[in-house]
Parts: sequence; C-alpha cells; structure tokens
Amino acid sequence: MSYSHIFLREILTESQSIAAVGVSTNSIRPSHFVGRYLSQRGYRIIPVNPMYPDADLFGEPVRASLADIPAGETVDMVDIFRRSDQVLPVVEEAIDTLLSRGLKTIWMQIGVINPEAEALAEKAGLKVVMNRCPKIEHQRLFGELRKGGFNTGIISSKL
Amino acid sequence: MTPPTYGFDTLQIHAGAQPDPATGARQTPIYQTTAYVFRDADHAAALFNLQEVGYIYSRLTNPTVAVLQERIATLEGGVGAVCCSSGHAAQIMALFPLMQPGDNVVVSTRLYGGSITQFGQTIKRFGWSASFVDFDDVEAIEAAADENTKAIFCESISNPGGYLTDIPAVAKVADRLGVPLIVDNTLASPYLCKPIEMGATLVVHSMTKYLTGNGTVTGGVVVDSGNFNWSASDKFPSLSQPEPAYHGLKFHETFGNLAFTFHGIAIGLRDLGMTLNPQAAHYTLMGIETLSLRMQRHVENAETVAAWLEADPRVDYVTYAGLPSSPYAARKATIYPKGAGALFTFAVKGGYEACVKLVDSVEIFSHVANLGDTRSLIIHSASTTHRQLTPEQQDAAGAGANVVRLSIGIEDPADLIRDLDQALAAATA
Repeated sequence: MSYSHIFLREILTESQSIAAVGVSTNSIRPSHFVGRYLSQRGYRIIPVNPMYPDADLFGEPVRASLADIPAGETVDMVDIFRRSDQVLPVVEEAIDTLLSRGLKTIWMQIGVINPEAEALAEKAGLKVVMNRCPKIEHQRLFGELRKGGFNTGIISSKL
Repeated sequence: MTPPTYGFDTLQIHAGAQPDPATGARQTPIYQTTAYVFRDADHAAALFNLQEVGYIYSRLTNPTVAVLQERIATLEGGVGAVCCSSGHAAQIMALFPLMQPGDNVVVSTRLYGGSITQFGQTIKRFGWSASFVDFDDVEAIEAAADENTKAIFCESISNPGGYLTDIPAVAKVADRLGVPLIVDNTLASPYLCKPIEMGATLVVHSMTKYLTGNGTVTGGVVVDSGNFNWSASDKFPSLSQPEPAYHGLKFHETFGNLAFTFHGIAIGLRDLGMTLNPQAAHYTLMGIETLSLRMQRHVENAETVAAWLEADPRVDYVTYAGLPSSPYAARKATIYPKGAGALFTFAVKGGYEACVKLVDSVEIFSHVANLGDTRSLIIHSASTTHRQLTPEQQDAAGAGANVVRLSIGIEDPADLIRDLDQALAAATA
C-alpha cells in the first residue's frame, strides 16, 4: 500500500469531523494518543466505543456505534482502531448511516488491513487508507516529523 | 497514487532541507541554541509526553541536526535517523534499545580495530558480550547465536579494507534468528551501498568519514529501516514493553515503524547524552551535498592506485576488493557494483621496518588515524589503529605487521602514484 502525499494531504485537509471507532479512554493507549493529537490540531473527534457508555473524550460523549451518532451531524472520515477481521461490519455501518452525511474517507490504522472492506468502501465512492496512522501522516505532511529527523519524503524548495 | 521518487544526486542536496520556515534562508541555518521556548504549559506537556514532536532541548533535538538526520535517513532508505557525537557513539546507540544485561551480539571478525575493542572489551561493562565470527561462513554466524543474541553486526566494506560483506546472505541469517542486522556503512556510504535494500534493519555510520568528507568534525548516525517487528517476540522489551519513564507507554505499539527512532531520541539521547552539536551537523550537511561526486572520484583513484601498486615488484600484495584479482571480485560485481570504496591495504616487501619507513617517506599522503578525507591518508595499522589487538586479531582484521593502509583521496592520481613510488624507493632501499 502506497499513498501519494497529495492524496493523504487532501484527506487530512478536507476532513473536519472524524469518528474514531475503538478509541480508548486510557491515556497511554495509541488510539487515545491519536484522538487527542487530532483534536488538538482542530479536528472534531467523535469517539465511538461501546465499552465506555457514559464517558466523554476530547470534549464529546462516547457513542456506542456509528449508528448512535445523532442524525444531522456531519462525519467526514471514519478512523478504525479494530482488528482487521472486525473491520467489515464497521465499514458496512459507515456506508449505511454516514454516506448521506458527508462521509468521504475510511481510514484503517497501522496493522489494520481488510481488502474486502476496502473494495466495499471504494465501490461506495469513498477514499480508503489502510495500515497508516492519521496522526503520523499529519505530523509527516505538515512538518512536525521533520523536527525529529524522520524521512518525510517531502522534497521542496518552497517556503 | 505512488509517491514520487528522486535520484540520489537530488536527495543528497534537498532531503530534509526546505527553506528555513522562520527566515526563508535557503541554506540550512546553524541553530546554535540550547533550549526552545514553549508556547504554553500544554505545549510543554505535549512535548515532554511525546504526544507532539518538537524542540525541547538540544541534547534531544535541534533543527540543524534534524535536517541532517532526515537527509541520511532518506539516502539510506530508512524511516528515521538519530545523529550522535561519533561513529562509536552510534554503535552504542544502535545496541542500547536492543540489549539487556546478559545479552550478546554476533559480530564479524573483519572490523575497525577500535570496534573490535569496543565490542570485545568495553561493552562487557554493560553486561553485554560479543562473539566474533568469520562472516563468510554464514553457518558459523547461526551457530554462534543463542537465545540471548539480540543483533548481528558487520561492516559493509570493512576497515582496513579488501573485504566486502555479503549483506543479503547475512541478512537471511538474521531473519532466521529473528534479530536485527546492523551494518556499519561508513566505508561505502549510501552512494556505494544501501544495506537496507539488502535486508539490514539498522545502518550506522561514522559521519566523520565520507559523509562529511573533509576531515573537519566527528559524528555518528543510526538509521532505522522501519522494517523490524519489535513485538514479534519478547526479545526486545525496551521497544515492545511498557516504558516506566513515559507512564508505561509502549514505543512500538505507539509509534509503529518509527519506534526505534523515537526511542533513540527520547531514551538514547536523553539518558546517554551522546549528542551531535549543530556546528558539526552543518559541516556534515555541507559534505553530503557532494557525496556522489566525491565517491565516484575516490573509487576511480583507488582503482588506479591499487592497480599500479599490484604491478610493482616492491609490493607483495594489494587487498583492494575493486581489483579483478580480489577473491571478492564477484561479490563486488553483484553487491557493490558502483565500487569497492577507496580504503585498502598493501603489503610491503621488507615487513614491519619497511612499512614504518614508507609511512615516514610520503609527502602528499598524510600520516593520520582517519579515513574518508578528500586528501589521501596513510597509516601502519599494526603500530597504530590496530595496536591494542593480538597478532592473530591483527591478521584476522587484515592489519598484519607488513601491511600499510591507504585511504585514497580525490587528488590527481598521477601525483599519488609518484608519491608512493618515491616512498617505496626510500623504504626498500
């Protein structure tokens, strides 16, 4: 899986509201790291996890499922923190409930790969990213990883 | 959807170095500062918790050093790099996240003498150990490993020269053992050899040599390929298990294939403190801009001088792996097609005494304990760089008593040959 800078930059620029499926309330879990980072960068993070029915995260109530996100709320992207074999129902639910509410992208985290779900989402006209982290890609594409000496792949003589 | 790829000559100038965001300066500025102001308490907390990548304190990160790190990571085909104060520091920085007390590393016998001492003696103080093996015998590498082996280590082109490691074959052994292969790529530079493409997990350099290229500063770097699964076994708890110093964060789980580099900054540089200073990074960045041009000339000159020496009756033999007569000529053709570097040894008829006299008689060649400079260098390894070793170790390392080491520079080759000619005449008179 290889995604161009332009493709990933477009997704991270056009998305404002991100449903984070499987996000943890434990502050040292990677999913929590990602949600907190993105919320601090101005994204609205809608936490989705049936394990925490009464919790709030990143200023939003945790929803039990994508279907529980109140009607009328826009969701640009669904970011999936689930095992690869549990991704398909999430993508089906996203297509059923969010396609008419602005959904543009299905994103699967590092280690999460499901070609069947990818094909289903692309057939519905959605962009798909697998086996990547939106936090790391945001840090890479918008200059932050450069501060740590990471290979960003970005060559440019523009200011 | 595939990202664009760039040629080596473009990357050695541009990778990591966009115009300075603060000033528009086209050349990378030297950020000569110890500390960086936090926007507010939340910003400081996010940086200290590793939730955000940024500048805290120059022991950990510095904007000038970061450009160099990204430049080398890109040239080597890795995901990230950590610079440090010397090549020897880089070797400790590479092992530190992998090793616990009681662990060991399987190491090639054909190493720089200082590395043989570092691995054979000094690391014992950390409770680590090394077994030395002839890396042409890949079965011996496997036989030397046990359940506490955490890495395989070799040089690509070895110091004092004449030997090329079969990196793909060694990488297969490392894969079978489930441990990372670390390759010291100092003598080849990423222009002549890309160990990561051949299966290495980590690459280390003494940047002091060809990367800087002008003999001005010492520096080292550890590049991570990002290809090793640190959580596949329980061998690497520093990367796969909770880190007490960061509230139980697991580096590999949290940072994915960037884990080794994050660990190198957040634990390695923070607690070992072997930091590269921004002035040194500047000199090395200047050097790397011309790396490919210099390496081409280094190799051309080395091939010319080695061929001349081999034909000279005052010389017993020349070890350069770039000669058609080398036992490693086939390996050079397939694994190091751009050249076998510019470091080699030759044996002078007349032994130890003649070698010492030869070194005293050269005019253009400099008698120094360094290599990879633009100027040509000469040293008698047995009485200097490899002096701490036993005669058996010296022979195994290719640094016997009758052997002189040359690091061929980028001067006119005819002048280098004339200088060696008159010095050989003086030495064998």
